Amino acid sequence: MAKGVEQKMSNHEGQKPVRKEMSRRQFLSYTLGGTTAFMAGGVVLPMVRFAVDPLLQKKEKSAFIKVVEESKITNDPVEYKFKIHQVDGWYESEAELVAWVSKGPDGKIFALSPVCKHLGCTIGWNTEQSDQYVCPCHGAHYDRDGKNLSVAPNPLDEYEVQLKDGFVYLGPIMPNTRV
Amino acid sequence: MFKAVYNWIDERLDVAPLWRDVADHEVPEHVNPAHHFSAFVYCFGGLTFFITVIQILSGMFLTMYFVPDINNAYASVDYLQHKVAFGGIVRGMHHWGASLVIVMMFLHTLRVFFTGSYKAPREMNWVVGMLIFFIMLGLGFTGYLLPWDNKAYFATKVGMQIAESVPYIGVYLKELMQGGTIVGAQTLTRFFAIHVFFLPGALLALMAAHFFMIRKQGISGPL
Repeated sequence: MAKGVEQKMSNHEGQKPVRKEMSRRQFLSYTLGGTTAFMAGGVVLPMVRFAVDPLLQKKEKSAFIKVVEESKITNDPVEYKFKIHQVDGWYESEAELVAWVSKGPDGKIFALSPVCKHLGCTIGWNTEQSDQYVCPCHGAHYDRDGKNLSVAPNPLDEYEVQLKDGFVYLGPIMPNTRV
Repeated sequence: MFKAVYNWIDERLDVAPLWRDVADHEVPEHVNPAHHFSAFVYCFGGLTFFITVIQILSGMFLTMYFVPDINNAYASVDYLQHKVAFGGIVRGMHHWGASLVIVMMFLHTLRVFFTGSYKAPREMNWVVGMLIFFIMLGLGFTGYLLPWDNKAYFATKVGMQIAESVPYIGVYLKELMQGGTIVGAQTLTRFFAIHVFFLPGALLALMAAHFFMIRKQGISGPL
């Protein structure tokens, strides 16, 4: 082994370092491979970008919609329906949303989404138990703040609330802030 | 007449060896139900293929009437089912065949499993078979949305929630599949494209590999 090292050293000392030349075959296969990759990329990339476009499109934050007069809100939840402008590709429509709006003991107005956090059915107030939201599908229960009492893993979602000129405006859905 | 045409072509192209390569091979005794009736279990793979062919054909004809659009999809399915002659039959073939192909594929998988046919040297064919299984599930999932009725819509919504529950990438996966933030117009066109072009293309390629391998390696021996 020592001999080998010595030999190498002496080789290195005498001559210029040998330039490692690429063989003609290697050069051509690199060129051909590169061209192929470039052409394949030119074909595939537009299609991939085309397919993932909905993921990358800017999402418009939903606007606040005037729903009901502030003075009508009581401590007991009431169901209010309101319409949002919904853009679905080349279709635009008015989609109806539902909110359960009530006033907390602190006097703060809040609005709960009626979508059950178990498997997405629609809950109702006082349908089976008094002072509770109940889901008809699998019997999930929530208290008036939307706190999950049984079956459901999470509390009911809330709408963002804005109060302006004596009216309640509802905006995007957010996780429950009262529980 | 037919013979004359065949001979005319054969003289020019020598096609006999081509189809002989495909058709001319011996079926071992242990897979022939005429010898041992219990060998019928070896038919399930072929039955899966037979029903797949029916699915492809009936699906091709359904697209003559179907429109993948949220305003018209249901109406077009309703029309082809109730107003077009044999519409109920053709759609029925596609509808029932979709379930039957899963059943046949499952029985075929059981046969392969219990005869140990997945063992060396046929491991790759088992893997390809599993890929075909997932393609079939994908075809079932995407096809279910197309009539755009309540059942289709909510089944897809549940499916999307399942996709969303995947750790980390779930949200993006759902949006990519939906083609947006809701199950809507772009979901329907997307599912249609996947159901009619993408998955069948992958299925045909995988089936070709499946059949090539079984012919190359032969049917596994008797128990």
